[in-house]
Amino acid sequence: MTLLSIEGLGLSIGAVPVLHDVSLTVGKGEIVGVIGESGSGKSMTALAATRLLPEGAQARGRIRLAGHDMLALPERQLCRIRGRDVGMVFQEPMTALNPLHSIGRQVAETIRIHERTSRADAMARAARALERVEMPADRFPPGRFPHELSGGQRQRVGIAMAIALRPRLLIADEPTTALDVTTQAGVLRLIRRLVDEDGMGCLLISHDLGVVADIADRIVIMRAGRVVETGRFDTLSHPYSQALLEASTHVAPKDARPAGAPLLQVSGVVRDYPAPRRGWLGRPGQFRAVDGVSFDVARGENVGLVGGSGCGKSTLARAILGLEEVQAGEIRLDGQPVFDGRRANRAVRGRMQVVFQDPYGSFNPRHRVLRLVAEPFHLLDDAPRGAARDAAVAEALESVGLGAEDRHKYIHEFSGGQRQRIAIARALVIRPELIVLDEAVSALDVQVRAQILDLLADLGRRFGLTYLFISHDLSVVRNVTDRVLVMQSGRIVESGPTEQVFANPRHAYTRSLIEAVPALPRVG
Amino acid sequence: MKAGLILGAGLAGVFVAAALVSFAWVPHDIGGVDIAARLRPPGAGHLLGTDHFGRDILSMIMVGARTSIAVALVAVGIGIGVGVPLGLWAAARRGSWADEVISRAGDLIFAFPSLLIAVMITAVFGPSAVNAIIAIGIFNIPVFARLARGAAMSLWTRDYVLAARVAGKGGFRISAEHILPNIANLLIVQGTIQFSLGILAEAGLSYVGLGAQPPVPSWGRMLADSQTMIAIAPHMALFPGLAILLTVLGLNLLGDGLRDLLDPRLRRRRT
Amino acid sequence: MLRYALRRLISLGVTLLVASLVIFLALEVVPGDPAAYMLGVNARPDTLAALRAELGLDQTPPARYAAWVAGMLTGDLGLSYTYRTPVVDMIVERLQVSLPLAVYALALSTLIAFPAGIWAAARRGSVVDVVVMGVTQLGVAIPNFWFAMLMVLVFSINLRWFSAGGFPGWEAGVGPGLKALTLPAVALALPQASILARIMRSALIETLSEDYIRTARAKGLSRGQALWRHALRNAMIPVLTIIGLQFSFLLAGVIIIENVFFLPGLGRLVFQAIAARDLIAVESVVMFLVFAVVVVNFAVDLAYAWVDPRLRGRR
Repeated sequence: MTLLSIEGLGLSIGAVPVLHDVSLTVGKGEIVGVIGESGSGKSMTALAATRLLPEGAQARGRIRLAGHDMLALPERQLCRIRGRDVGMVFQEPMTALNPLHSIGRQVAETIRIHERTSRADAMARAARALERVEMPADRFPPGRFPHELSGGQRQRVGIAMAIALRPRLLIADEPTTALDVTTQAGVLRLIRRLVDEDGMGCLLISHDLGVVADIADRIVIMRAGRVVETGRFDTLSHPYSQALLEASTHVAPKDARPAGAPLLQVSGVVRDYPAPRRGWLGRPGQFRAVDGVSFDVARGENVGLVGGSGCGKSTLARAILGLEEVQAGEIRLDGQPVFDGRRANRAVRGRMQVVFQDPYGSFNPRHRVLRLVAEPFHLLDDAPRGAARDAAVAEALESVGLGAEDRHKYIHEFSGGQRQRIAIARALVIRPELIVLDEAVSALDVQVRAQILDLLADLGRRFGLTYLFISHDLSVVRNVTDRVLVMQSGRIVESGPTEQVFANPRHAYTRSLIEAVPALPRVG
Repeated sequence: MKAGLILGAGLAGVFVAAALVSFAWVPHDIGGVDIAARLRPPGAGHLLGTDHFGRDILSMIMVGARTSIAVALVAVGIGIGVGVPLGLWAAARRGSWADEVISRAGDLIFAFPSLLIAVMITAVFGPSAVNAIIAIGIFNIPVFARLARGAAMSLWTRDYVLAARVAGKGGFRISAEHILPNIANLLIVQGTIQFSLGILAEAGLSYVGLGAQPPVPSWGRMLADSQTMIAIAPHMALFPGLAILLTVLGLNLLGDGLRDLLDPRLRRRRT
Repeated sequence: MLRYALRRLISLGVTLLVASLVIFLALEVVPGDPAAYMLGVNARPDTLAALRAELGLDQTPPARYAAWVAGMLTGDLGLSYTYRTPVVDMIVERLQVSLPLAVYALALSTLIAFPAGIWAAARRGSVVDVVVMGVTQLGVAIPNFWFAMLMVLVFSINLRWFSAGGFPGWEAGVGPGLKALTLPAVALALPQASILARIMRSALIETLSEDYIRTARAKGLSRGQALWRHALRNAMIPVLTIIGLQFSFLLAGVIIIENVFFLPGLGRLVFQAIAARDLIAVESVVMFLVFAVVVVNFAVDLAYAWVDPRLRGRR
């Protein structure tokens, strides 16, 4: 039985066309995954299904949801359908809940808005809904406020609100994108369970084929506002679908370079942060972000540092770069300490660079590329000037696949992938020995990500670079590193050659990380 | 809202121009008393009429514009010149004692409305236009310090600042190269708003006698003088008030327009 | 919650302490001898000596400061030199005009601003919005004392609905008292209401674009329900900040407006004290006004915690 059918949906916002002739169906008890890169129109399709479109949006075509003609109904009746016949879950659990209302009240609101019932009855039913999303009242009292919960817990509250009235259809728009891999796996399992228990239909939207492939019954691939292909995962045959598939299982060419002498030596590093005071006159507490970490990275080796958010990996990265003082232990690059007394050692810092995650926030929007890429020259005493500096920047840009003339442009003229190339050029310009890649490909679409990983592998060979890959995403690290370190709560809990760790994880946390990675069923 | 920007710039421009022209030329000399011409209603000889000493009101408004603009401009200058470096410093050393002291001092100044500062200065040194400048200027310092600190704090978490730190740059250099240019828009917008508030505050202070003293003409004093004559010569009260209203309105429109123009974050939200 | 309140209370105490020090030091820098300054050039030596003794000028500045603070803590603000009455009594007497005026103005501005701001935000881009934005744009720019003068011209001189100034005293009854305060309160309220309405509108528009509003709409709430139940309370956080900040402007406004309407309030007292070079009265009245600003901001801080559960927690 078809719960949602979208036929020939076209949508424009203002004068900009967003969707063209989109058609898809969702049946009872079925999870339909909608996959597309950012800007493909997948979220707009979801919003159109419940007519929660931004102002100025014009929809054409037909949308039938649980027997209602959604494009013809007046707003008042749409309000009666939303929340009762169709529940929605959104991407950002941190902002999707009202910070001023308790979670129980927010779940109960779904009930009270649709049924005339007492507050006590609504609260009791809200508590049951929370229980169904594995948020039992004894551990998570309904009187809790959103800021007291983690991202994964908030997302569960969001799901509880959506399913409180047992709707026939659940629309989940990137429900796990903002979550850690382990949390993500739990939320996906929960959605599958609820769909099976209630016989709901579910439209699951994601940019990541890997997330959806496992739990979706059918998949719709979207690109530039159109449906490219619809079908079961193992029948996808369109070249674009294949490209997406190839990109998410991408393996960058890796060659075994002989590992040399240790380049980076981290020994017994401890980093404490002051925590909020306890009591009135109590001493400020301490929060230990990095707790006695030691490891070496050999010259020419690619090492991955993996862990969930808050495990201390970014703090450690900043300490290695000389940006944060450590309370104990020592970090040495090629035998020389990164910290010289309390100050960062300039000579050492000139031999390492970093690439950050966010291709949009990594550049001062007011400077031209030339000035942006040349910034690390500040570390060199004999930095090239004038034409020599110009030439060095041009060369760095060319080595990352951009043009020398790009140095006169501003950063907003580049796409996300190009910006990440510029970030790599900035890291390369002073010819460092070590490059720290702090989630450097996490924000990129899968295809762009594959290209950047190839570029990094190529540059590593050409310039004899050593990489420290920092990521929460095991699949990235698996394909490009020789060795992997797993970090949890400020400690390294497991380390070893990448393939060995993946094939035979010893620590429970490593196992949970590996299991959580959405695996694509191997096709042909 | 381009129209608001143009209208605002036009209104503010008219009064700045009037102030500048008054140095070279005014319709009538306002130095002397001409009792015969006193309290003339608006008309051919005196476009906006005359006051109780027979002085031409249009000329008084033109010269008064100098006082208003000079006081407000210098006060904003003090606010930016002292407040912005303090705010940048606090942001660069966030969490340190310097940050704490700067923030607390700002809170303290906010407890003293500029009128009270003027009252205290006047009680000690007697009234003058300089008092008004100091009083309004002091109040502007924490306004700009807070704005600069808040905006700078969010920029300090940006990756490009982290990249600059990786490039070995220190707090001062990063503040100058990366922070200041990126908060300049905010400062310009706030500067416009504070300028208009300064004009209002100067008018209030000189109205109650804490600002410019006679014979220096100022809009607030003109209104104070008109108060006892309001029944017989309402034009004396009308025109200086309109001058304040239109200048402040113009500056506010200009500030809003600049904000829309310069702040891409807001621009995106509008569409 | 209690800890939060206690923290704010301590910060209030520190602010007041520093403020008192600033005021004391500011008036301490009077060029020359304060007693001679207060009495003018033609003072007789014996009156000067008497005043010096009364001001405690024979003591060291720290001792004088301590005496002043100790006096304030016991409710003794000293004796006004010109009026020969305790400053506390004068403040209490004048407050009977100034406090009702401030409250009247605040109530009026809130009553005008909230509906206007909410209406404009809910009907963004409509005629209502354009009118509210236009009127408030004017209201923000208008000097309140000039607006007061125009109202006197229209309502007192031409229409003769209100008297042009003065205060009959509460002994004459609540009605006449309020009537005398109406024009001043309206004059104070209009610019305040304009600012508040604009803040209310923009805060609401900002919160209406938050993700949790979309969540609420997905639950089946209409636009109006989402606004009332979810956006309004969130929008109150910035609005409260402005109300707190505005109070000090309101106080300054009260002082100026009292001059327009010849009201015997604190504002008149300040100017009379300055004119009479009565440093004791100036010092104490300024301290009292700062106290009022700080206390109101403390109340706003508590209101924050009432609105926002994130502040009620341990931090």
